[in-house]
Amino acid sequence: MVLCQMSATGHCAQPPGAPWILSASEPKPLASMIVRDDEAQLVSAAKGGDTAAFEELVNRYERKIFRLGMNITQNREDAEDVMQDAFLKSYQNLDRFQGDSRFYTWLVRIAVNEALMKLRKRRPNQVSLDEPLTDGDGQDSVFREIEDWGPSPEKKFAQTELNEILNNVIGELDPIFRVAFLLRDSEGLSTEETAQILGISVAAVKSRLLRARLKLRQKLNKYFRRSESQ
Amino acid sequence: MNCKKVILELTSYLDGVLDSNMRADLEQHLSKCIDCRLVVDTTRKTIQIFCNSEPIPLPEDVRKRLHTALLERFRCKGKTT
Repeated sequence: MVLCQMSATGHCAQPPGAPWILSASEPKPLASMIVRDDEAQLVSAAKGGDTAAFEELVNRYERKIFRLGMNITQNREDAEDVMQDAFLKSYQNLDRFQGDSRFYTWLVRIAVNEALMKLRKRRPNQVSLDEPLTDGDGQDSVFREIEDWGPSPEKKFAQTELNEILNNVIGELDPIFRVAFLLRDSEGLSTEETAQILGISVAAVKSRLLRARLKLRQKLNKYFRRSESQ
Repeated sequence: MNCKKVILELTSYLDGVLDSNMRADLEQHLSKCIDCRLVVDTTRKTIQIFCNSEPIPLPEDVRKRLHTALLERFRCKGKTT
């Protein structure tokens, strides 16, 4: 498995100043007390057999992995399977994780593969991970629909209605564009991390991202253009 | 810079990774071309709307099943090591 070279970053979490479990060999931090910035410490503890450390990693990322699964598969049961399989496989293969990437990036890679497999099983003849033969980077059709959306187009809709619109338009994207958009713009991963997760070049990520953004813009145009609200 | 080049550089521009000369050229084009300005503006809003969208909640029953499966896996691994 190719791993990315990004350094570990985390978020906020448990208070620092934790007590340490002393063992004969070396001190091991209590999982619940490791600061969230130190993901590598949790992974190291989990590798050493500390199941509480692995559970802390699960608690940290379960919502994000479920959301990613939902956004890729567009199906709650599939998303649940994706989340469960991603965590179980990452636990099973933890020894193979070398720590030269963020654990989260490695986990996302497993989850994306699981989600794409779900899509292929569900629609074997419809889901291709090859580049679709369409209009280049999509620029040919960009200028067909150009309208002003106003300052806050999303405010035209109630939250539930907006969620439904966003869910529908992202579901209409080809999976390869959908995944690139979700990893970069929804999960906030870097272009390099996205490239490594998908096993493609940085240039290919940029190309897919451009097409995804342009297609989504085009699809949202019919909902958000000013003429629709006036 | 022409309209086609603006679209090709759109992702780099919106991500803030375009070099300063290219960015100045692009912004000069935007100051004169309303079509490109609207495309840039609505694409930026597209990204913002998705980024600001309500997070999908993790249902409690789904979470419980995950943690039950994990506990089972912890037990199995404990037995084999």
